[in-house]
Amino acid sequence: MLKSLYIDPEKCTGCLQCEMACSLENTGIFNPSQSRIKVFSFEDAGRKVPYTCTQCDEAWCMQACPVDAIKLDKHTGAKVVEEETCVGCKVCTISCPFGTINYVAETGKVQKCDLCGGDPACAAACPTEAITFVDANWTGLERMRTWAARANEASL
Amino acid sequence: MKHLILGNGPTGVIAAETLRKADRHAEIMMVGSEPEPPYSRMAIPYLLEGNIDESGTYLRKADGHFESLQIDNRIGVATAVNAADKVVAFADGSTESYDKLLIATGSHPICPPIPGVDLPHVHTCWTLADARAIAARAGAGTRVVQVGAGFIGCIILEALAKRGVDLTVVELGDRMVPRMMTPKAGAMIKHWVESKGVRVVTEARVERIDASSSQTPSLLETVKGLLGHAQADAPSSVMTVTLSTGERIECDLVIVSAGVRPNIGFLDGSGIAVGLGVLTDRHMQSSVADVYAAGDVAEAPDLFSGTPMVSAIQPNAADQARIAALNMAGKSVPHGGVMAINVLDTLGLISSSFGQWEGVTGGDGVEVADPDSHRYISLQFKDDVLVGATSIGLTQHVGVLRGLIQSQVSLGDWKQALMHDPLRAMDAYLASVQKPGVLHDQTHGHAQAVC
Ligand SMILES: Cc1cc2nc3c(=O)[nH]c(=O)nc-3n(C[C@H](O)[C@H](O)[C@H](O)COP(=O)(O)OP(=O)(O)OC[C@H]3O[C@@H](n4cnc5c(N)ncnc54)[C@H](O)[C@@H]3O)c2cc1C
Repeated sequence: MLKSLYIDPEKCTGCLQCEMACSLENTGIFNPSQSRIKVFSFEDAGRKVPYTCTQCDEAWCMQACPVDAIKLDKHTGAKVVEEETCVGCKVCTISCPFGTINYVAETGKVQKCDLCGGDPACAAACPTEAITFVDANWTGLERMRTWAARANEASL
Repeated sequence: MKHLILGNGPTGVIAAETLRKADRHAEIMMVGSEPEPPYSRMAIPYLLEGNIDESGTYLRKADGHFESLQIDNRIGVATAVNAADKVVAFADGSTESYDKLLIATGSHPICPPIPGVDLPHVHTCWTLADARAIAARAGAGTRVVQVGAGFIGCIILEALAKRGVDLTVVELGDRMVPRMMTPKAGAMIKHWVESKGVRVVTEARVERIDASSSQTPSLLETVKGLLGHAQADAPSSVMTVTLSTGERIECDLVIVSAGVRPNIGFLDGSGIAVGLGVLTDRHMQSSVADVYAAGDVAEAPDLFSGTPMVSAIQPNAADQARIAALNMAGKSVPHGGVMAINVLDTLGLISSSFGQWEGVTGGDGVEVADPDSHRYISLQFKDDVLVGATSIGLTQHVGVLRGLIQSQVSLGDWKQALMHDPLRAMDAYLASVQKPGVLHDQTHGHAQAVC
């Protein structure tokens, strides 16, 4: 059974442990600006909304890649950027309508959530269970919608 | 069922793979006119930079990929389509029948009627063969004149600069990338590129190109060529480029990047309706049953008004190829509508534009420029719907601009928030697009097409 990240913004306190854990896992240092999960803050409403790739079935990024540098990890369902193959053309960054694959000038490559190979550091680090890693028996779009509904409620 | 695909660029390859997924047993034949394995033109700049070798441009890297999917990949040049008998004729005299045909022949670079454009060291930059010719000539200090600063022109500009050439770019328009960037953004890019040592001449036309010395290569050049050391050798033959301003520029290499046109010549007399490209409906079907078109060669209804539009970009090739293939396989899936999306990196300055970035009549918009920090954003609205965007220096979550435009979501109060601070696009997106059902209910949204 594939698992997916399940985000409940209602439970997010904005502590940014997820961003810290993500950057440490992927770059070796604590650097939230390099995190692949981002907590958006709606100041007026005092709400926090963690946001990252849902590994959607449509995989706009993977489809648009001109050099086949984004691969489906069959074990986790994640769409994973192969750094050696990525040429840094950025076409995926404008193709993904969710904005969850981004160019990193320092590396000249793009980066996105890869579910840490099946043990996401963000979920492990979240102290309030706003981010959990659960069985995924919904399609990408349904998943996005359900999560989106929550993101939306949280942002109001 | 036999599917015949003409062209094996990104469109042909993605269509063939999608067909295979949809139908395990169908016969799938793909015919391309270039000798290399299926490759991606847009990887050529990275080849010229020396980032990758030729195999890095290949669309699929695993050995035997197409064989393993039982996709018959062949070389041939289609010369005619007989739609009544469902047969395609090829330049070598052979013919191929089909049940369903996909035209995915892409486009070709325009060669403007400039005297001297046929000289040996004048090249377009479109194929791997072009790339080899350019790489053999363009080394450190080579004087290069590039004709045209459109999207493709600006992409290869970066690759040329990285090879250390002495570069002059000549553009007819009043700014760089005039068909992708607002006046302010185009001017900012020009300024940036000039500060990096590239000379940019706007509002000028190349009138003629003259060979100013013998076109025969020097003995040294010939020997180097024979030894396989042709890369970056000192060019012996020089040319003079004369501009409409009267200026004359001496150079060793001219690269013409003056736009592209769909490859539809072989469809003459076929009865398949064409405009600029092959006209299709939302299912990517042409005017003739069982004949489809996708990618650079297709002219399909646009997202906003349904008017036919050619969109010669990679993401469009991928989208349309998938939709065409699903329909060929008997699944009635409409395309959401063509929308221009472009991203460009000019010597480290990253810019992008989306949809109707130039704005629409009766609409309104907001533009914020900070030239000192090289940042810019423009958002264009129709009522409370985002219809276009342009940005410079924005790389985080830039894709939501596509998401906002494509979903055609009513922004409500968020429109005013964006007019006030356009950089809050991501917040507006989270609050507006990510509502339950928004992606689903959009009759024009791509998301609907994939449900
Ligand atoms: C240097 C360069 C940089 C680019 N950069 C970008 C970029 O950054 N972003 C972006 O979105 N796009 C970019 N593009 C454009 C992008 O490469 C095209 O949009 C894309 O290749 C279109 O795919 P296609 O399969 O429709 O056409 P093509 O890739 O042109 O493939 C068409 C295929 O059809 C074959 N063919 C043509 N005529 C015939 C015939 N009569 N019979 C049989 N086969 C035929 C050709 O050999 C070719 O294999 C770039 C292009 C170039 C040249």
